[in-house]
Amino acid sequence: MGKLFERFPDPLARLLVVFLALVVVGLVVVFGLIPKSMMDVNAQWADAVKREEARPIKYAGFHACAECHEELYATKKKGYHRDLSCETCHGPAKAHTEDSDNVKPVIPAARTFCPQCHAYNPSRPRGFPQINPVAHNPLKPCASCHNPHDPKPPTTPKECSACHGEIARMKAVSHHVQLECTTCHDAPQRHKVSPRSVRPSKPGTREFCGKCHGKDATDKRAKNAPKIDLAEHGEKYVCWQCHYPHSPEVEQ
Amino acid sequence: MNGRRTFLRGFVSVLLSGGAIGGILKILPSKADAREIPPKGQKWYGFGVSVDKCIGCARCMEACKNENNVPREPFFFRTWVERYITRKNGITAVKSIGPNEEPTPETASDKSILRSFFVPKLCNQCASPPCVQVCPVGATFQTKDGVVLVNETTCIGCRYCIQACPYGARYLHPATHTADKCTFCYHRISHGLLPACVEVCPTQARVFGDLNAAASPMSRFLRMNKIHVLKPGLNTEPKVYYASLDGEVR
Repeated sequence: MGKLFERFPDPLARLLVVFLALVVVGLVVVFGLIPKSMMDVNAQWADAVKREEARPIKYAGFHACAECHEELYATKKKGYHRDLSCETCHGPAKAHTEDSDNVKPVIPAARTFCPQCHAYNPSRPRGFPQINPVAHNPLKPCASCHNPHDPKPPTTPKECSACHGEIARMKAVSHHVQLECTTCHDAPQRHKVSPRSVRPSKPGTREFCGKCHGKDATDKRAKNAPKIDLAEHGEKYVCWQCHYPHSPEVEQ
Repeated sequence: MNGRRTFLRGFVSVLLSGGAIGGILKILPSKADAREIPPKGQKWYGFGVSVDKCIGCARCMEACKNENNVPREPFFFRTWVERYITRKNGITAVKSIGPNEEPTPETASDKSILRSFFVPKLCNQCASPPCVQVCPVGATFQTKDGVVLVNETTCIGCRYCIQACPYGARYLHPATHTADKCTFCYHRISHGLLPACVEVCPTQARVFGDLNAAASPMSRFLRMNKIHVLKPGLNTEPKVYYASLDGEVR
């Protein structure tokens, strides 16, 4: 042992001692002082998942409302708003389920609320019920005519629009608004009883549209209708391959 | 001398043949190695969006902010809705709609619109998430049910993941200074509830569920629609699936 030290020059031996001391301190720090959780990434992730799962819930979910508000739930279930969650309009209600006396969900009565879904917007899907909030009964709260839990148009849709609402709403803002459905479709009475086995007729020829839109059209409703020459216009196609009859497009 | 030279020549040629190197060392992992298929019975969450059903009412954005304490300022979102307007001159304009905006009345008189629609967006919870790859401290990770989460105790707020996300789904939370993003409402789904945005969507444009379930609104959505994902070319393998998505949407 003594011989080994003699072979090292003195400065080198000291350096060796310092180096060994550093290694020992390093090992103590790594294995002794740094907490295990700081080095084990899987444990950190497990903790993060637990923290994430423990976050407070604000929206109770639609089942929770039905437990107390049975009547409203039953009304809503039969109406057009049946797929809406209560909390879509009334806001987060978890706190209300825990302390129903002191925490009340909002009742959005302002006229600006319903138009968030129902104001006319060309990006909305066709046929979705929309109004112009400026022209539609100005200053009247929506709920004075429509029950939000069972919304209906103020008059019950009759005849065709009772079932074909989307088409009716589309036609209502189109140039064909003045035409009855029966102008183009023959609907047998039995269609109302068994709608799938007895179907209304549809126009089958170009000449049918030509009664109003042909250049020699005589129909008196067709006074201002755009006119074309059936022989030259559209070649082999029937009219509705290019024009949608329920919302015909117009040249600018 | 001769023997050594022959040996060296042979050895070098073996080294240079990439196939041998790849075969022995498996430098390039194959597709199958990249990810394990989740075992049966393990939840693997996915999300569906029907573009045709979205009415752009922004209830989802509002609900998300309420549920997850997202800052109210209108540039922090975990989910948002974009409005696309393609005009007849072929130019498409995209605008994010704001929550609780008083709707400006529009009329059908604008005839220059060719087509227009809303596209809800959120974190795609990619199966190969670029944000997880780039995190220098392992603070963002994928749970075993496929949700990408941020561990806010170890996040150092370097914003690398925000840069790396090709969908712009992340933001730096102004209070905690850590990265924040959609978690599929992990605290709700782990208790059997739906994510808040799916809960409040009035037209069922948003669908959520386990992709491994044989019958669920989610698996039905995937069966019955023509499906597309955002930026499929990046191989991030998003788990937010879109039905009736327009080609203009990226």
